[in-house]
This record gives sequence, structure tokens and C-alpha cells, in this order.
Amino acid sequence: MYTAVGLGLIVIGAGLGIGLVGKGAMEAMGRQPEVLSKIQTAMIIAAALVEGVALFAIVLAWLVS
Amino acid sequence: MDLLTPDPGLVIWTGTTFIILVLILRKYAWRPILHAIRVREHTIKYALASAEKAKQEAENIEKLKKQTLEEAAVERDRLITEARELKAKIIEEAKKSAQVEADKIVETTRLQLEKEKKDALSQMREQIAVLSVDIAGKLLEQELKTTKKQKELIDKYLKEVSFN
Amino acid sequence: MQRFYTIILLLAFILTSFAAYAENEGEKKNKEGDFDPLEMIMHHISDSHNWHIVSFKNKEGKDVDIAIPLPVILIHDGSVHIFMSSDFHHGEAVVQKGDQYFKLYHDKVYLTDASGKINLNSEGVPENAKPFDLSITRNVASMWMSVLIMLALFIPAARKYRGKPSMPTGMQSLMEPIILFVRDDIVIEQIGEKKADRFMPYIMTIFFFIWINNLIGMVPIFPGGSNVSGNIAFTGILAVFTFLLTNVFGTKSYWKDIFATPGVPIPVRAILIPIEFVSIFTKPFALMVRLFANITAGHIVLLSLTSLIFVLKTIYISPVSIGMSLFMDMLELLVGLLQAYIFALLSALFIGMAVNDEEEH
Repeated sequence: MYTAVGLGLIVIGAGLGIGLVGKGAMEAMGRQPEVLSKIQTAMIIAAALVEGVALFAIVLAWLVS
Repeated sequence: MDLLTPDPGLVIWTGTTFIILVLILRKYAWRPILHAIRVREHTIKYALASAEKAKQEAENIEKLKKQTLEEAAVERDRLITEARELKAKIIEEAKKSAQVEADKIVETTRLQLEKEKKDALSQMREQIAVLSVDIAGKLLEQELKTTKKQKELIDKYLKEVSFN
Repeated sequence: MQRFYTIILLLAFILTSFAAYAENEGEKKNKEGDFDPLEMIMHHISDSHNWHIVSFKNKEGKDVDIAIPLPVILIHDGSVHIFMSSDFHHGEAVVQKGDQYFKLYHDKVYLTDASGKINLNSEGVPENAKPFDLSITRNVASMWMSVLIMLALFIPAARKYRGKPSMPTGMQSLMEPIILFVRDDIVIEQIGEKKADRFMPYIMTIFFFIWINNLIGMVPIFPGGSNVSGNIAFTGILAVFTFLLTNVFGTKSYWKDIFATPGVPIPVRAILIPIEFVSIFTKPFALMVRLFANITAGHIVLLSLTSLIFVLKTIYISPVSIGMSLFMDMLELLVGLLQAYIFALLSALFIGMAVNDEEEH
């Protein structure tokens, strides 16, 4: 039960985080399309890091449940 | 929970498999492929560069040719114009000198003619004088058989011969 | 090339035909005979000792399972036992080797006595000792298949590069853009031109290995469907390799950054050093968990959607189920590539940060 709530919270956080990363990247791409590939790489790395934190939390939630 | 516990058997198999795979692919796939791609990239780069160079050279040659042709055309035009000018000049000079020559000839001729005329006139005058003296002699011989007559005649002639 | 595939197919058929066995098995269904999606899903995403092909009810109403038995290799007390997993008879029979007895319980091998008794504790977890299990499980077999596929893809392609540089043809032209993408956009960009060559084979192999295993996991019928790249052991060992490469080839400035961060006063260092030190381990750990969670979650979602038909026990839900499965399949195809890319990219990033002297934080 608490695990499920925790998972939901994790997903909200991760979703917000990755969404913000995406937003920033899109805006940057729109502003500077000439460095698109660099922004993309940076975006993926940033999103992966956010996702990594979320996954940690998920694994921990799983472990303590 | 089972999902989060790595199975040691699978860890060992995956590890060995992966290491062997990396080694095999490194030797038989990645190195040859990447090497060949690099060689190809260099070849293409070199070919492009040399093509560019060849193009440049061809362009240069073309330019040179054009330039030479243009220069030749200009030279030809210049030569033709010069020749024309020269021709006109020569003709002009020839005309001038001919004129001068002709004038000179005419002048000398005229002078000579005048001189001849003068000579002829003076000769004629001499002749006439001689003739007149002759005639006068003869007439005198005939007429002046008498002194009176002679005297009359002389007077008459003297009157006739005016000293003009 | 074609001959190679033919041989593989033939091998598969021969293996199946002489090894396939049918057996009545009632344990899989729970007591009421109802369909249990959780158990089915767990069974599919975890490892197994035999390679399941198909189950159906025959004319007599018996459940028939067709599966390829795989070799079981057990090491216990210094002795090695090798036998086929069909000897377990789906966990019903006790296998005796020497004076040791082995029994299969929920796809795990346990040591038992001659009667094959499994002692469960209050949570239903067996208390019996486990031998060291080095079996060729379904995941290992599937992984070897992916290795064969990779060799079949790349070695003939590499052979085509012999001789003069020429236009890529066939398999070569399919692989070359991907190889170039990995080389230019992952390895060279993250590690740098100078040191890229040393790590190129590793990153290339890891990218294609994960991708192909992800794709094999997407195939719903026999040779595919195993959850290799969604297995924590698989992702864990790959993360360990990245961890080892990062720290073995790490330069002085990399270690200096961790233990003596330049330009930071000593009291702050006391806080920073533990963080930096832990991050050495968390980075590959995140790599491991990311790949595991993404792929496993994909499998779980797909299987759940399919289970919907059986849980609701109506055929009318199947269009919804199939439509959503199709959508998820498309998404998973993307995720499979993306996760391979991210794993390779982050590995290259970590290695690049460790091996380059000039720090570019």
C-alpha cells in the first residue's frame, strides 16, 4: 500500500524532472537549432540522470516493502 | 524480490560471454570495419582534395588560355591598326614626296624652258641683228650707189629702227 | 549467409524434435484453476531451466508443454554435476547425483533429501541450501543466440571491407550508418579523438549486444521472448565492466577530482569526498538499474495487456488489448534502442570523464 503510494510519488517527481529537462532542451533547440545534436545528447544525459535517481527510489521502495 | 537478486550463474555466463564477444568482434569485426572506414574516409578526402585541385588547375589553364587569347586578339587588333596607320602614313608620305618631286620637276622644267626661251630669244635677236646687218649691207650695196640715195636710206632706216 | 541461417534453423528443429517432451503439469495453475497473471508474468520475465516453446491442452484435456530442456550444471562440495533439465520433470522429480539430491522449485535448484522435501518458511521461501548453479539457462541460451546473431551480422560485413575502399553493399550498408553513429556520436564525442580507439570495441559491442538482446526480448514466439537484457545479472555485469574500465583507466586527475577536489577548502572536502566516492559506485549502479527496470517494465506492461483478455475472460476486450499491445510494442522498440544508446552513451561519458586529463565539467 505505502509502496504503491511511494511509487506514485516517485513517478510524479521523475515525470516532472524529465519533463523540465525536455522543456529546457526544446526551448534551447528552438533558440539554437545549429547545436541541436549537442543539446540532444545533453538532454538525454540529464534525463538519464533524473531517471537514475527515480530508479534508485523505486528499487529502494521495492526493497523496503 | 527475486528479480533484484542477481543469479551468480548468469553473472558468470554473461561476463565470460561478453568478454569473449568483445575480443572476437574486436579482432574480426570492429578493427577491420573501422580501419576500412577510416581508409575510405581518407581516400575520399584525398580524392575530393585532388579533384578540387585538378578542377582548380583546369580552371587556371582555362583562364590562362582565355587570357592568352584575349591578349592575342588585342595584339592583333593593335597590329592591324598600326599597320593601317603605317599604310596611310606611307601613302601620305609617298603622295607628299611625289607632289614635291613633281613640283620640283615642273619648276626645273619651267626654269629650263624660260632659260631656253631667253636663249632662243637672244639668239634670235643676234641672228636678226646679223641678218639685218647682212640685209642692210646688201641694200646698201644696191642703193648706195649714189651718195644721195645712200644718205636718204640711212636716214630712213635709222628712223625705222627704234630703240625699244 | 543464407546457409548460416539455414543451419541455425535446422539446428533449432533438430534440438526441438529430439528434446521436446510433453508432460502433464498441473502445478502451474493455482488451486482454483484460475489464470494468475502475476505468476505468468513473473515466470516469463525471470530465468528458467528450460526453454519453453508452447503449452496447450491436448484432446484428452491434459496440459501439454513443449519446451527445450537445457543443460543443468551444478557445483556443490567440489563436485560438478551436469544433466539435462528434463530430468527434473518440471520440478516433480528429485535428481540424484552421487549422494546429493537436487530438486527444482520455482525454477531454482535446491538441495534436498532423498524424498525431495522442500522446507518452506513462514513467508513461503524455501530454507533448503542451494548448490552453485552454473546452468545454461534460458537467458544464457538466448544470450548465446544473440552472440551468434551478432557474429553473423558483423563478421561477414567486416569481410566485405577487405580490399579497396568501395561502396557498401548488403548487410554492410545496413550496419555502417549505425557503426558510424556509435563511433562519431557516442565514442568520439564523449571520449575524444585521442583515446577513442582503445574503448571503441567495448562501446560498440555493448551497444549492439544490449540492442540485439532487447530486440530478441521483443519477439513473442519461441526463439525470442526471454528477458535477458531485463535481468539484473546481465545489466549488473555490464555495469561492472564499465565500472572497471572507468576506474582502471582513470587518470591521476580523475582520482584527484574525487579525493582532493581542486579549489575546494578542506572542510568542504570532508563533505565532498564521501559524495564523490559514493558516486563512483552509484553511476554504474544507476546504469544497471536503468536498463533492468526499463526492459523488465516493458515486458511486464506487454504481458499485462495480453493477460487482460484472460483476466476479464472475454474475447471482446482483445481488440483493446491487442491495440494497446501494438502501441506498447512500438514504444518498446524505441525504448530498446534508446536504452542501448543510453547505456553506451553513459558508459562512454563515464570513461571519457575518467581518462581525459583536461576536465570539462
